[in-house]
Amino acid sequence: MLKIENLKARIDDKEILSGINLEIKAGEVHAIMGPNGSGKSTLSAVIAGKEEYEVTDGTIFLNDENIEDLSPEERAHKGIFLSFQYPVEIPGVTVTNFIKTAINEGRKARGEKELPAKDMLKLIREKADLLEMDRKFLSRSLNQGFSGGEKKRNEIFQMAMLEPKLAILDETDSGLDIDALKIVANGVNKLRNKDNAVIVITHYQRLLDYIVPDFVHVLHNGKIVKSGGKELALELEAKGYDWLK
Amino acid sequence: MELKDKLIASFIAFENKGSVDLDSAIHAIRTKAIQNFEEEGFPSKKDEEWKYTNLKSLLRQDYSLFNKKDNTVDYNTIKPYLISDIDSYNLIFIDGVFNSFLSETTHDESDICVLSAALSKPKYNILIDNYFNTIAGDKNSLSALNTAFTKEGAYINIPKNTIVSKPIQILNFSTGNEKEVLLQPRNLIMVGENSHVQIIERHQNLSDNCTFTNAVTEIFVNKRAIVDYYKIQNDTDNSSLIDSTFVQQKQHSVASVNTFSFGGKLTRNNLEFQHEGERITSNLNGISILKNSQHVDNHTLVEHKFPNCESHELYKGIYADSSTGVFNGKVIVRRAAQKTNAFQQNNNILMNDGATINAKPQLEIFADDVKCSHGCTIGQLDESALFYMQSRGIPKKEAKALLLYAFGNDVIEKIKIPQLKTIITGLIADKLGVNLGFDL
Repeated sequence: MLKIENLKARIDDKEILSGINLEIKAGEVHAIMGPNGSGKSTLSAVIAGKEEYEVTDGTIFLNDENIEDLSPEERAHKGIFLSFQYPVEIPGVTVTNFIKTAINEGRKARGEKELPAKDMLKLIREKADLLEMDRKFLSRSLNQGFSGGEKKRNEIFQMAMLEPKLAILDETDSGLDIDALKIVANGVNKLRNKDNAVIVITHYQRLLDYIVPDFVHVLHNGKIVKSGGKELALELEAKGYDWLK
Repeated sequence: MELKDKLIASFIAFENKGSVDLDSAIHAIRTKAIQNFEEEGFPSKKDEEWKYTNLKSLLRQDYSLFNKKDNTVDYNTIKPYLISDIDSYNLIFIDGVFNSFLSETTHDESDICVLSAALSKPKYNILIDNYFNTIAGDKNSLSALNTAFTKEGAYINIPKNTIVSKPIQILNFSTGNEKEVLLQPRNLIMVGENSHVQIIERHQNLSDNCTFTNAVTEIFVNKRAIVDYYKIQNDTDNSSLIDSTFVQQKQHSVASVNTFSFGGKLTRNNLEFQHEGERITSNLNGISILKNSQHVDNHTLVEHKFPNCESHELYKGIYADSSTGVFNGKVIVRRAAQKTNAFQQNNNILMNDGATINAKPQLEIFADDVKCSHGCTIGQLDESALFYMQSRGIPKKEAKALLLYAFGNDVIEKIKIPQLKTIITGLIADKLGVNLGFDL
């Protein structure tokens, strides 16, 4: 599904990714761990197409298509979803209207008709229930005045609505208490199937108890320095990152 | 001949046309006003208050000062500018002349009619003497000019304990059958104790010809009265507007003036609030969305003279292309005005390198037990917010529009008439060039 070859990227004059190789197949969950400043968030932003980062070398293939020249929205239309560590507050635009716009823009881009209002409403309710979200939540301004947990839950709600092929969860566990963490993880697990894939970016083993990865990669100084199975995460939890540097 | 000289030379002819009564109070007021204007002339860039707004190119035109004939337009022409899906009183002026056919006035309980009638009929003499030009005075040369040529406009007198059941729309159209026209509408609005009224005002050029409007509005808000005033400024690129609005409030009253500036070549808003009592609330809200070489200048003044009053001022500006904006918000808190709560915020987004905003918050505080705050920001669109929306599949253009809408949202939220809110959000979507597929 996703194949990254020798990816190098920089912002301003600072190289942050220094040759990443990563292959993710449909149905898999990959965890990317690593100390602060190792390039985890940069990697997710580069995959999603953030323009501030300059890709200096390497390629990203999504289902064998080079996505280098695609805008963030075009990547989204092709099935990439990035859950933000710090979701943006948009006063005056309700959760419902925002997701409606996102869904219909995606459909438009794929040459499909807009989803009829009735079906949209049904879908929204169904997915809100999946995330155990209060219905009142849907008519509030997007992320405005949301708690950390509500923001993250709203991110996963949007993921549920957009049904991406590749979801990247950037530190979705930060700022969550254990109950919220379980609800969010549970939501992600319900959305998993053999046709989609998930990248979980996290500092801690905690989230991986609930979203169990098939592979764990350790990122350091912009490179993957170690890859392994889910037991690698436990080892990191016990030993820290120092032994890998 | 320069415009100033032309105006002064026309004054006697103007008065004679209205077969002036030399003993009348209005004659004395006009005469004094034209003298003031003659002394001061039009403001220039040397004047501190006009540093960022240059009238030169406006004054160079050869304006027609008096309407040569009665111009009619039909309802379908004006309908797009009227909020037509609400029941309202409508005062429609075509090239400065009241159009009774298109208007809906009343004398039943309130007087919602025209100033020309109030100026000429004896039964209104006392009100005219007590109110007309008492707060506008001849404070600046442009309002003096308006006073000198006062002829027509809205006359609204709401008696005490009256909730006016429907909004009042004041619409000034210019038809453009003169190449360049100067219009000087004059509104007088008096709202009695415990009364409540909503007013929507708009100036609209129906042609590509040049219109220069120099408007003055005086609003008197009596004890415990509530006034909501909305100004829609979305005129053509050949239209310029200088609007001077003066609000005088008595104790416990609440007056709100909301200004939406989306168009016009040059727009200058002078907005002044004077307090004549305690526990007054004044609200000043505005959004400006400009492009091309449009220019908007918002000059506001709130003078707190009595204790326990509040003022809330919130102005937002979005400037694209080579448009320019000015925000000059002055708040004065006099020594006696203890326990004043004065809040002012001005936020601006510059969309391009060529756009300009000159922001000047001015607070003069002479009392020592007050709560005053002000904030002013000038910035660009938040790139990370744009990326957030794009990553959800919303194209950049739509994402920008959503963000800009969100930026102005707290002003839009102040609109209390739902149909007006729909119209304003529609105008905003239009200005931003998007169709978002849902009502914002």
